[in-house]
Amino acid sequence: MNAEKTITSKLVIKDLNFYYGNDQALKDINLTIPEKMVTAFIGPSGCGKSTLLRTFNRMYELYPKQKATGEILLDGQNLLDKRQDLNTLRAKIGMVFQKPTPFPMSIHDNITFGVKLYENLNQHDMNERVEWALKKAALWNEVKDKLKQSGTGLSGGQQQRLCIARAIAVKPEVLLLDEPTSALDPISTAHIERLVDELKKEFTIVIVTHNMQQAARISDYTAYMYLGELIEFGDTSAVFTNPKRKETEDYITGRFG
Amino acid sequence: MPTFLHYARNKLQSWPDILFRVITRIAAFSVLLLLAAIIVSLVIGSLPAIKAFGFGFLSSSEWDPVTEQFGALVPIVGTLVTASIALLIAVPVSFGIALFLTELSPRWLRRPLGIAVELLAGIPSIIYGMWGLFVFAPLFGDYIEPWINDHIGAMPMIGPFFSGPPMGIGVLTAGIILAIMVIPFIASVMRDVFEVVPALLKESAYGLGATTWEVMWNVVLPYTKIGVVGGIMLGLGRALGETMAVTFVIGNAHSLSESLLMPGNSISSALANEFNEAVGELYTSALIELGLILFFITFVVLTLARFMLYRLAQREGKVT
Amino acid sequence: MFSLYTRRRMINILSLGVSVLAMAFGLFWLGWILFTLLQYGIPGLSLAVFTQTTPPPGSDGGLINAIAGSLMMAALGTLIGTPIGILAGTYLAEFGQRGWLAPVTRFINDVLLSAPSIVIGLFVYEIYVIRVQHFSGWAGAIALSILVIPIVIRTTENMLRLVPNNLREAAAALGAPQWRIISSITLRAARAGILTGVLLAVARISGETAPLLFTSLNNQFWSSDMNQPMANLPVVIFQFAMSPYTDWQQLAWAGALLITLSVLTLNIVARVLFRQQATTH
Repeated sequence: MNAEKTITSKLVIKDLNFYYGNDQALKDINLTIPEKMVTAFIGPSGCGKSTLLRTFNRMYELYPKQKATGEILLDGQNLLDKRQDLNTLRAKIGMVFQKPTPFPMSIHDNITFGVKLYENLNQHDMNERVEWALKKAALWNEVKDKLKQSGTGLSGGQQQRLCIARAIAVKPEVLLLDEPTSALDPISTAHIERLVDELKKEFTIVIVTHNMQQAARISDYTAYMYLGELIEFGDTSAVFTNPKRKETEDYITGRFG
Repeated sequence: MPTFLHYARNKLQSWPDILFRVITRIAAFSVLLLLAAIIVSLVIGSLPAIKAFGFGFLSSSEWDPVTEQFGALVPIVGTLVTASIALLIAVPVSFGIALFLTELSPRWLRRPLGIAVELLAGIPSIIYGMWGLFVFAPLFGDYIEPWINDHIGAMPMIGPFFSGPPMGIGVLTAGIILAIMVIPFIASVMRDVFEVVPALLKESAYGLGATTWEVMWNVVLPYTKIGVVGGIMLGLGRALGETMAVTFVIGNAHSLSESLLMPGNSISSALANEFNEAVGELYTSALIELGLILFFITFVVLTLARFMLYRLAQREGKVT
Repeated sequence: MFSLYTRRRMINILSLGVSVLAMAFGLFWLGWILFTLLQYGIPGLSLAVFTQTTPPPGSDGGLINAIAGSLMMAALGTLIGTPIGILAGTYLAEFGQRGWLAPVTRFINDVLLSAPSIVIGLFVYEIYVIRVQHFSGWAGAIALSILVIPIVIRTTENMLRLVPNNLREAAAALGAPQWRIISSITLRAARAGILTGVLLAVARISGETAPLLFTSLNNQFWSSDMNQPMANLPVVIFQFAMSPYTDWQQLAWAGALLITLSVLTLNIVARVLFRQQATTH
């Protein structure tokens, strides 16, 4: 994991195991996510990449019979600690989902929803924040005249960018993207990929993708997973051109998955 | 069914969360309380009559406010018979309508007809009652009932059930009006259930060369039988409890006769006609006991229906 | 001897023919009933219907006290029943996955939904009218609210279940507490459907006679005092229609027409509203 600039670790995952009821979905994951870089999780369907992503903000706790053991350290603090306040944790870690999920309210309110939960801004500052978030998400020019309109009236690609704007408006430390472009057309996908490249200057990004080419295009580090285990993790170009494990090579060259 | 969201009982849950959960819980609990209150108050109200008549209440057809002798047999029979007549007519007709709406009707006609059926289901029952009394019953009594009397009334076994003075009102009329009222209800439930059958399933049957009827009878109906049975049960529940559609035309006669053409009484029509005029504790209490019996009948029907549906679902593997 | 194929074809044609007949049968009654309503109801409609109160037999009058009474009790019944219904429905949909309360409540709700409305009237009579020793508008409103609750619970739960989990997760991901998620996001997403349910409940109670027979009864005169027997359209229609007086029967038909028109309008509005919201989201 050597590179030209110094890499600080943002998230350190230690001995993470995850269970759906009695089935074990993640086995002994040990991983370090570098700060202000794009890390991609790839692997065939069912390998556990989304499951792993969703442990970072404890999204699994919304469902019964799902539990995780081990440690996930965010800047040294263990996220999985039961004493951790779940909601403030989630405010530090933003998530964008596979299907765009605009809230049933105006574009403006979509963005301010998360901000209002934890910050007390006056109207002027709030509007500024909305503008900042939408500009960062490369959506501002398209919606600046219709902020009062419903978020559900936008196109798929726009909705997804709205969700990204909503996630970054609360200024999280880490941004989790769960297959953000799989429901979008190629042009919107390209938009969002460019966006990710811009956003990594300010946020640590972890992206799950089933599209290997996408991982190769936009990520700095790649983790390859298979059947709940972390098979290989490293610099993206190294993993794709010179994988250390045979399983990785088989997946990359398309022998399966 | 989507997976539920499981909100962990986190010790750090803030008080707004707890308050919200408690309030909604109380609201849900109040539904239980309501049912309990209904049952308890009906039982308390019926106690004088229960003490006076015991189980004989159910088998006696006497109804004399003067001597204070009351029996529930006539209204109970009336309720059950009118509801049975109603379902006997309504279920096949509703099936036919649902079949038409989903398979036969030209596309452009589907929406308007479907809407028409649903609007019919929304017409208040008192309208059916009025129409029944002023329009249907006279015509029925003048033209159809004599025919029934002469032709079916003369037949050996079922004859006695169909002979009597052609007054127009009576148990049969009440059953028919009830059927007309219940048809749109059952038909729209069936239609909704038929519509969600996956097209792929029907297409694979058609692809084998099955006729429309065969697809409906052999593929769609078995696939939807849970919803269909549920709809029929709901219709039955409505038919049993219906007051106004029946009260206008059933004749309010506390006499038991085998003929459907004679007037009779149902529990709800007896209540509607007599409750406010009832003098004396025993009279009122007898009427309340009738109400309790009606509630009990509907309760049993609904529970049976739920149980049946559960077993059906279980057999299909939808429930473990 | 018919071949198997011909036999099948004949059964098919026969069944389909019967189905068409069934449809025609249904439409026939609808048409006839509506026609009758218009035929007898329209002549009964006049300005007096909306300006004068119910008359004694043999004189002129209108239905204004009945109309007002119906409106008041329906409004109150809905106001009382809807919040309880929405809250309980929310419990069933959002908190109802563990424990015994939810399945039991659902079952009991089904029972109440199909319970004979006359029994509900008896119940309110027993717990309220007997105690205060007189019929009243309040009793009528309470009886109607008991009818509203199960309908709203059912619709609310169904509509909330339809909201995709993604939306809840997205709100949770932002760190929203559970009550915020449910109130600001989930209920909001389902609001069109819930409103439709409320409208349908209103339509249902507008036409109900039985529960009012023993609770609000009727009032010959104008009264806006909820503590007194309250006039209402359904009971007026019942009394007038069953009477031997033709002018009373005339008013009954006019009232029947009015009720049917309002119920149909409510149904149509609810339908349009729902479809509209369904397409914009």
